[in-house]
Amino acid sequence: MHTTNLATAAISRESDHSPAKYDLARTPLRELNQALHNVQPGSNGTAFEVINPKGSHAVAVGVNAPITVDVRGSVGYYCGGMNSEGTITVHGSAGPGVGENMMSGTIIVKGDASQYAGATGRGGLLVIEGNASSRCGISMKGIDIVVHGNIGHMSAFMGQSGHLVVLGDAGDALGDSIYEAKLFVRGKVKSLGADCIAKEMRPEHIAKLQELLDRAGVKDVKPEEFTRYGSARTLYNFNIDNAAAY
Amino acid sequence: MTYQNPPTIPRKSATFDDYTLSEIRRAAATGIYDIRGSGAKRKVPHFDDLLFLGASISRYPLEGYREKCDTTVVLGSRYAKKPITLKIPITIAGMSFGSLSAPAKEALGRGATLSGTSTTTGDGGMTEEERGHSETLVYQYLPSRYGMNPRDLRRADAIEIVVGQGAKPGGGGMLLGQKISDRVAEMRTLPKGIDQRSACRHPDWTGPDDLEIKILEIREITDWEKPIYVKIGGARPYYDTALAVKAGADVVVLDGMQGGTAATQEVFIENVGQPTLACIRPAVQALQDLGMHRKVQLIVSGGIRNGADVAKALALGADAVSIGTAALVALGDNDPRWEDEYQKLGTTAGAYDDWHEGKDPAGITTQDPVLMSRVDPIAAGRRLANYLKVMTLEAQTIARACGKNHLHNLEPEDLCALTLEAAAMAGVPLAGTNWIPGKNNS
Ligand SMILES: Cc1cc2nc3c(=O)[nH]c(=O)nc-3n(C[C@H](O)[C@H](O)[C@H](O)COP(=O)(O)O)c2cc1C
Repeated sequence: MHTTNLATAAISRESDHSPAKYDLARTPLRELNQALHNVQPGSNGTAFEVINPKGSHAVAVGVNAPITVDVRGSVGYYCGGMNSEGTITVHGSAGPGVGENMMSGTIIVKGDASQYAGATGRGGLLVIEGNASSRCGISMKGIDIVVHGNIGHMSAFMGQSGHLVVLGDAGDALGDSIYEAKLFVRGKVKSLGADCIAKEMRPEHIAKLQELLDRAGVKDVKPEEFTRYGSARTLYNFNIDNAAAY
Repeated sequence: MTYQNPPTIPRKSATFDDYTLSEIRRAAATGIYDIRGSGAKRKVPHFDDLLFLGASISRYPLEGYREKCDTTVVLGSRYAKKPITLKIPITIAGMSFGSLSAPAKEALGRGATLSGTSTTTGDGGMTEEERGHSETLVYQYLPSRYGMNPRDLRRADAIEIVVGQGAKPGGGGMLLGQKISDRVAEMRTLPKGIDQRSACRHPDWTGPDDLEIKILEIREITDWEKPIYVKIGGARPYYDTALAVKAGADVVVLDGMQGGTAATQEVFIENVGQPTLACIRPAVQALQDLGMHRKVQLIVSGGIRNGADVAKALALGADAVSIGTAALVALGDNDPRWEDEYQKLGTTAGAYDDWHEGKDPAGITTQDPVLMSRVDPIAAGRRLANYLKVMTLEAQTIARACGKNHLHNLEPEDLCALTLEAAAMAGVPLAGTNWIPGKNNS
């Protein structure tokens, strides 16, 4: 938990337009995140590159400006947590809670993502080009998540708002206790959670899905291939006859 | 004269008492458990079962009106770049906007600020009213994450990760449809009018190892400036305190079973968790075993009512206390002036606990615009400040009588217990003996 000595930090920026490079094998995490937080509006130095993340936790958390961060390698927990406006690309896989509570901006994971990807996210776009594990989009509150592969069990649990798009399959108990989040799954759903049902794909859903696929750079996939899932809204107000659903 | 069928007087069962019978009838009629606000109402060993010894020949007292008895407390000195200094060791506990009306939240902020202490957000996010009127505001980080955002995280003075609450260790929040107004719904990103039952576990971490990484993330987001508290319910205070310290907490907030709640199942409130009195010594022991007592601060809550309770909690090793219910009473909750209206709700002043229904005549636990307009935030804030002042003076009175020039100098050796139970729980001798049950063999 301790911040270590900052003295050895070597930050290289070859020209004004090349990204500032942070080597996490030599530079403490604290220095990286502080530099990301120090970016002022209108600043030119808005491109960052992180090498040797080697599973570090909390990489590029609390970004608060329209900067780009390219992370070359795999990260641990909470990469891009609470991101606002930043574009963060993980050129590897991400540990638990990537993009947790993100507000806006974009996070792209080139590999797979562990549990709780995009948990409680309130805005922005999270793209996972591989698979996502269990509880993807848990408690989502407005974020859009696009997963190219499959997602694990209990995904979108208590999802309040936003969209979860899955090109592959979904695990057990999809959308358990879901509120108003909208789920689109192209493949099979192993089982639906309490109060989650398949719903009709109306034109506005097709249009929204097309927009999300476009933003996530997905080609050759048609919105019509997906099924929409959402809340049956039977558990919104407590009714004793529903007790068996819990 | 002969006795013919001498009658016995009607006798009610101690087991099936009137309350129990009424609850069976209520359950049979409705098919749903009872939900209510406030804390445990059953009698449990409490601070009333402890007494201070006072000064004598072996200890000399301080002059009540002349010699200083300091009350300041610094919270968050372990890792935070900006620890908090409070003038009094009594903070206002986290109570959500949603469960409480906006004027009530504002009044809490005003009262705390006048008193040089902090107030706390709750399950439902930070309102402008409370940020604006609270000089020192603690921002809760709860499983629901309603309204959670980095801007509020950065404009908070401390962050409190809520693991549990004394009224319901292991339970999540509950706010029923009647209280989900447009504003509450928007802050929580939920449809208006639904029964909102928030999660009991955090969505993106479980267990102490994850908690350590979660704390790291929050520190990184806030550039290591803010003290990070971890709030636990009184379940396993020794281990939970030790694990919170291990995970990197600056402050541990420990809430015993009498602690209030906005809405929880009665069965949960009354049957889960340990009394506040029983929680303090194990938590302090954990801090001492780790060499962290006074380095990681301990805030105790759950049934704190007056300066004697404050002094007793501090003597047992807490650094500060926190109040919920008592603060609401100071604002005007359960005030007899609304007795007619309490009667109409089928209750009486002092017993009103259907806070989840949003019909509070005192305008505190409601989102009804007419009812909440009864709270004048300035006057109510002043009452809270008065009350906090009295509690502080009372605690100082006791501390001086025990010869202490800081409330933190109170110690278990200043106490004795009136009952065996309290002696065992508080780890102080039974009055008139040197017997601490469970400690020595005499
Ligand atoms: C109306 C009300 C709302 C509460 N809301 C929260 C909350 O949102 N988060 C939380 O951690 N505790 C909440 N609590 C618990 C308090 O923070 C505190 O632990 C408790 O009230 C202390 O016990 P006391 O009421 O006996 O002083 C609430 C309590 C009350 C009375």
